[in-house]
Amino acid sequence: MLDKLKKLIAYYEEVLELPHRTEIARELRAEDDLFLLMLYSEMLGIPNPAYYYTLELYPYMIEEFHDWHLRMGMEKSPLSGIRCC
Amino acid sequence: MNAIVLAVIGIFIFALGYRFYSKFVAEKIFKLDPNYVTPAHKFKDGVDFVPTNKFVLWGHHFTSVAGAAPILGPAIAVYWGWLPAVLWVVLGTVFAAGVHDFGTLALSVRNKGQSVGTLAHRLIGQRGKILFLFIILILVLMVNAVFAWVIANLFISFPASVLPVFIQIPLALWIGHAVYKRNKKMLVPSLVALAVMYITAIVSSQVSFLQIDLVRYMGGEEGAGLFGLGAISTAFFIWIAILMIYVYIASTLPVWKLLQPRDFINSHQLIVGLGILYLGLLFTNPQITAPISNPDANVSWFPLLFITIACGAISGFHGLVSSGTSSKQLDKETDARFVGYLGAVGEGILALVSIIAVITFFPNREAFFATYSSFQAASGAGLGTFIQGASQLAEGLLIPASVAATIVSIIVVSFAATTLDTSVRLMRYIISELGVEYKVPSLEKKHVATTIAVVASAALVLLPEGPNGFGSGGYLLWPLFGTSNQLLAGISLLLVSIWLKRLGRSYVITIVPMIFLMFMTLWAMFQQVFLQWAWYADSPNTLLFVFGSIIFVFTLWIILTAIQALMNPRGTGISELDLD
Repeated sequence: MLDKLKKLIAYYEEVLELPHRTEIARELRAEDDLFLLMLYSEMLGIPNPAYYYTLELYPYMIEEFHDWHLRMGMEKSPLSGIRCC
Repeated sequence: MNAIVLAVIGIFIFALGYRFYSKFVAEKIFKLDPNYVTPAHKFKDGVDFVPTNKFVLWGHHFTSVAGAAPILGPAIAVYWGWLPAVLWVVLGTVFAAGVHDFGTLALSVRNKGQSVGTLAHRLIGQRGKILFLFIILILVLMVNAVFAWVIANLFISFPASVLPVFIQIPLALWIGHAVYKRNKKMLVPSLVALAVMYITAIVSSQVSFLQIDLVRYMGGEEGAGLFGLGAISTAFFIWIAILMIYVYIASTLPVWKLLQPRDFINSHQLIVGLGILYLGLLFTNPQITAPISNPDANVSWFPLLFITIACGAISGFHGLVSSGTSSKQLDKETDARFVGYLGAVGEGILALVSIIAVITFFPNREAFFATYSSFQAASGAGLGTFIQGASQLAEGLLIPASVAATIVSIIVVSFAATTLDTSVRLMRYIISELGVEYKVPSLEKKHVATTIAVVASAALVLLPEGPNGFGSGGYLLWPLFGTSNQLLAGISLLLVSIWLKRLGRSYVITIVPMIFLMFMTLWAMFQQVFLQWAWYADSPNTLLFVFGSIIFVFTLWIILTAIQALMNPRGTGISELDLD
């Protein structure tokens, strides 16, 4: 009985949190996008000395980078160094 | 007749509709495939496209679509007796609303989770999309005006509800902050907020000092208000001005700050409201005292009934929710039946109990006819009667009538306020989209678009003259709200029909409710616009005439465009359509 009640409360909470989870995920994604934009500051003409040292991160971020440039309104990869598409 | 019997019969028919009719539609018409890769999986991004358990998604879908509209419409429509209203709610839900909500969900799932607006573009072309945007714009404008009037009206009739409703705002801001910035869970704080609101309601319904009654401050109904207006007109003006300032702020803030925490608290209120009504019904076991039909009605039920009850029987707004968010979160395609069809049934259950609350309230037929003396009187008094009827049911749960009336009016105001917030926000997005379409970049700015939305809504709600003067005529807009809502539903059904026809399937199940709905709505509109509001008719009203005519012309235009698309299988957009 108590188990069932707990399940019911967990279900109810999940229902109510669904839209909030979406919105919070959206805000966090927007922050991440801004962060990435700052990392690729060369695109804005600001030299970034860390760029050459980040090559080892390449395999980890290529997929995410692809989604990011699509969200930023760029159909093709803006960097010749990263050839995701 | 016993009201419990009526509720049981209604719910039994809903259950049959879900068990058999929706199964038939799912298997034979939409041919849902459990192995189809839904947009939630195909475009999974952790934000919009997230596969979600069907029970959770249903709960979310239901709480998004249920609001004040399925309460207000039925409360007015019982003017023609309870049988027509009950029949339309029950049969409308089973054959029209269920298929509409389910159909738009299935259509969107098969088309990358796109919204009905985008699908209108692909199925009936660019002109169809622009007309569709205009119809949605008019719908949200009506929603803003009607719900601002509803809230102002309830604040004036139930002054004890003002304080608890306003207390919700700082509580919601606090919850929003705690959840977003400190990653707290929402359930307990939102229950605490609800308890604070209800305690305030109990106290303010007993202590007259805490009741913010603008009319009393101005010396009662006969007192003089501002600018040479009467007390009631001034009270309407002040409340609507406050509400418009509030929605301006609320709809420009990030949603997690105010809108979502308020939704969270209001979801509890939906459960509380349904609980009070159905448990109260069970414990009080009331008899139906309202007449079964009203042969002496001054306005015929045919076809006006079908636009008076919009949400609760069928509503175009649900298609926006189905195709806007739910379709992006559907785990399996077969879940569409559970989420879409049963979501509509949930709304039908709410509308059914609203009817019961009103038709069991009066001690006898004479009392009913004293309040519901004419359609105009019913439109003005419907919501107040629902609240009194609901508090009478609540007395069965040993809640004192004055406290129950305050709590029920808080519930209705909260629903209406959430709808108002959302629709002002929606209107802002549509104005921005039209700005992009017609290359007017200033319309894309947040504050410009919101200002236009708020000012237009305020003007619309304040202009019509009612029996109590300036501002009190907001209920005159209710039929226009119903009309635009039904037209949107009809167009969505038409889109589903075009899709089914292009797949080579039978589209009878969507085209029949669509024809019924369009016929009734256009006929009702024609009667009202050209035989009632026109300058040569009985009760000329330039504002309503102009609005009604615009909606009428747009609708005819979009129907013709859509019929052209339906007849022409090689029509616009077909080549890019994903027909698999």
